[in-house]
Amino acid sequence: MKYSRSHDVMQQVLLITTSYFVLAFSLYFLFAGHNNPGGGFIGGLTTACALAFIYLVFDRVKANEYIRFTFPGLISIGLVLSLGTGAIGFFTNDAYLTQYFDYFDIPFFGEIELTTALPFDLGIYFVVVGAAMVIMLNIAGDEEEEDED
Amino acid sequence: MSLLHWIILIPFLAAIFVPLLGRVFPRVHTGWFVLFVPLALVVVSWISYSSLIADGESMLHTVPWVPMLDINFSVYLDGLSFLFLLLITGIGTLVVLYSIYYLDKKKERLQHFYVYLLMFIGAMLGVVLSDNLIVLYAFWELTSLASTLLIGFWFIRKKSMFGAQKSMLITVFGGFAMLVGFMLLYMMTGTFSIREIIGGADGIMDHALFLPAMILVLLGAFTKSVQFPFHIWLPDAMEAPTPVSAYLHSATMVKAGIYLVARMMPIFGGSAEWFWIILITGLFTLFWGAISAIRQKDLKAILAFSTISQLGLIMSLLGVGSAALYTQDPELEIMYAGAIVTAMFHLINHSTFKGSLFMVAGIIDHETGTRNLYKLGGLMTIMPVTFTVSAVGLAAMAGIPPFNGFISKEMFFGNMIEVTELPFFGMGEWAIIIPMIAWLASVFTFIYCAFMFYKTFMGKYDRANYWVDVHEASPGLLVSPVLLGGLVIILGLFPNILTNVLIHPSVTSILTGISVELDPYSLTLWHGLEIELFMSIGVVAVGVLAFLYHNKWTEWEIYSKDRDVVNLFYDQGIDKLQDSSQWITRLQMTGRLRDYFVYMLVFIVALLAVTMWRSGSFQELPEGMASTMDTPLYMYGVMFILVGSAAVLPFIKSRITFIISIGVLGLMVALFFTIFSAPDLALTQLLVETVLLIVLMLAFRHLPEMTTETKSRSYKTVNVLIAASAGALVTMISISAYALRLDLDFTAISDYFIENAVPLGGGYNIVNVTLVDFRGFDTVLEALVLGIVALAVIMLVKHRFKGGEDI
Repeated sequence: MKYSRSHDVMQQVLLITTSYFVLAFSLYFLFAGHNNPGGGFIGGLTTACALAFIYLVFDRVKANEYIRFTFPGLISIGLVLSLGTGAIGFFTNDAYLTQYFDYFDIPFFGEIELTTALPFDLGIYFVVVGAAMVIMLNIAGDEEEEDED
Repeated sequence: MSLLHWIILIPFLAAIFVPLLGRVFPRVHTGWFVLFVPLALVVVSWISYSSLIADGESMLHTVPWVPMLDINFSVYLDGLSFLFLLLITGIGTLVVLYSIYYLDKKKERLQHFYVYLLMFIGAMLGVVLSDNLIVLYAFWELTSLASTLLIGFWFIRKKSMFGAQKSMLITVFGGFAMLVGFMLLYMMTGTFSIREIIGGADGIMDHALFLPAMILVLLGAFTKSVQFPFHIWLPDAMEAPTPVSAYLHSATMVKAGIYLVARMMPIFGGSAEWFWIILITGLFTLFWGAISAIRQKDLKAILAFSTISQLGLIMSLLGVGSAALYTQDPELEIMYAGAIVTAMFHLINHSTFKGSLFMVAGIIDHETGTRNLYKLGGLMTIMPVTFTVSAVGLAAMAGIPPFNGFISKEMFFGNMIEVTELPFFGMGEWAIIIPMIAWLASVFTFIYCAFMFYKTFMGKYDRANYWVDVHEASPGLLVSPVLLGGLVIILGLFPNILTNVLIHPSVTSILTGISVELDPYSLTLWHGLEIELFMSIGVVAVGVLAFLYHNKWTEWEIYSKDRDVVNLFYDQGIDKLQDSSQWITRLQMTGRLRDYFVYMLVFIVALLAVTMWRSGSFQELPEGMASTMDTPLYMYGVMFILVGSAAVLPFIKSRITFIISIGVLGLMVALFFTIFSAPDLALTQLLVETVLLIVLMLAFRHLPEMTTETKSRSYKTVNVLIAASAGALVTMISISAYALRLDLDFTAISDYFIENAVPLGGGYNIVNVTLVDFRGFDTVLEALVLGIVALAVIMLVKHRFKGGEDI
């Protein structure tokens, strides 16, 4: 990624502050997705945007100090989560990928709906974040290597 | 899960642990552990089922697998399956024992070998025990796969890989044909269960699909059982380690085709086509294999061609036996059922003598370092045990009393004479040629047996021909061939010991539907002074005479041509296949993005246009479509920007403007989604635009300057036409989607989702509920695709050719 090397303080502060909001918003998208606009795919793309901001502000080495996981690994975690949630149906004699939901009364929160669609969507979220970041970082990293040449 | 299910699954389960054994017990040969699997299976199945089978009972157990598609893991055991079950596990035990001494612990990749071998045992048991045709097919292909892996076991050798590829291509081709045949059977009867098909087989003889189904199923059987002209893969399969040749390529896997023909006998048997196709193919294979075997100079090659020839013999007997299902005359029924008895008896005999001969050939190879007939010689005194076992095996194969091969050969002659008296299926005077071919093939069989015997053990021992000190093999290596050789003698002297348990039950299960009194078929060494005996004497006399003059005919030119002529077709076919696939690849993979788009768009447009044409989609639009009355004014503005940003694209000269213009286009589409109240789509569109913009800016520096097009006018015109037709197609689809909504005959599928999103999915966002609940499979597979794309990007970026020549 062509990182800003201008040390523009205004730009840095703006991007970092924005990325917090974007990250928070992406989590809202993920959890609210079942009843309001949003969902794993949209949430994942939003998170990818926020992470891209972080990589834009710092260079890759520095950003990697904060982001301590590899994105290809995130893709596999997401796939396992989604495929695994689908496998619940095996134990209850339902078809693969049958989703379940029920309403629970939890103190302080009141009545809350818990679904197996959420971990499923979380898996999709991970895959989307992972894939988007892998694509961006690889293309950017390639450019860096060429610059070094 | 019944015991029969476990019998199939245990080899597979054991295979999982084999790779660990080499690490945990590095000093013990892995084969010792593996040995327990077939040994346990043979003991268990004999104890549990032998008395049941002898009483003529059968059993069927079903475990549902994909019941919706009528695919169930159902296992069926009757006489025929039991015979094969014992053959697979029994010979398997001996072969594993033999392999322990044959494969060196330090040099060979034992774990691989035993995993493949266990996989084969399990798959082969699956083939003979499955009642469901699709399950049978799956196991069938698994045996092909295991066979290929084992042929290519020494994968550094070019010949091994060639043989592995050849066997794979030919047997899998047959397997596919067989699968189609099974589908046709399903279309005719509505079930994949063999039992149920046999139960309702009466009507299918007149069905239009009967003959195609039969031919396709027979293609599978013939490729596996090396019938002419598909036999060419077997000689090349001899590159496999000898235990594999003895096991897969003579005793079990190549007999899967025989099993299939026997299993399908109640369905197809009784028709003239079945009778003639099997009889003629079998006889011709018998003859062809015998005359090809004589020309071979390699011990294993002789045995390979002799296996081809012997399998042809068994196949032809099954053809003759099928006549029993057609005739209503009880006397004829008994007469032709005799051919099935011979087939089953010879099947057992062939496994014993050919198995022992292969093992002996392996021993000779192991101890002398060569299998060439013209280098070997005079081994009789040096390897006395090997010599004895070979002598017994070869005598049985040549049809000399008192060994088991003699009995089945005499019975075979008898059946081939009886077939000429067939009063139906258009049999005529000329049929005398059938026993003549059988006799002639037996003469050739005698000659190659004598030749192999003489060249290996008689003559002069020449020290200079060997790399190593030649001596008798170790006792461990000799146990298995000696046991099999012992069986050859026992079955020759007391041929009736197996009739009650193995032969009669299997014949009864092949000839389902007619009841034949099997007691007349007691097998004896001495048949009396019948014509069969004189034929046997003739075989020996002519054979000995031909052998005595072998110095004369070995000088003929044809003797030096030991490669089968049918191979020419295969070689040519493979060459042409490679050339044409390379041609297609070169045509398609130009490395230019624009060409790829042309291919994709042309195919999409053509396919959809044809579909629309055929379904009569080019009709008048319903009234009231193009009303512009109630369109608000701002929509004109949005549409103007949308169309404008698209229309300027072809005229833009700089990339950055191009990207901006596309961005405007995308944002306008998002605006459209918002106007038509689809917040999820609008959000997604916006985010995709954003991420795409970042990626485009990143890739921006890599892209070369936009150059002026120098392509010819006609090339450009074609591209414009393709692009325009793709656009027109999409427009038409959207208009027709809108038009269909107006048409009251159609109910929109969205109603279902709207109604059921809350009660079934528990969510109010219908788009999301559709994605995760109703269409979960689509979503999860799309995520999988996304993951693959990410990996592909890593591959393309990190591991691309930097400079240098591209492929």
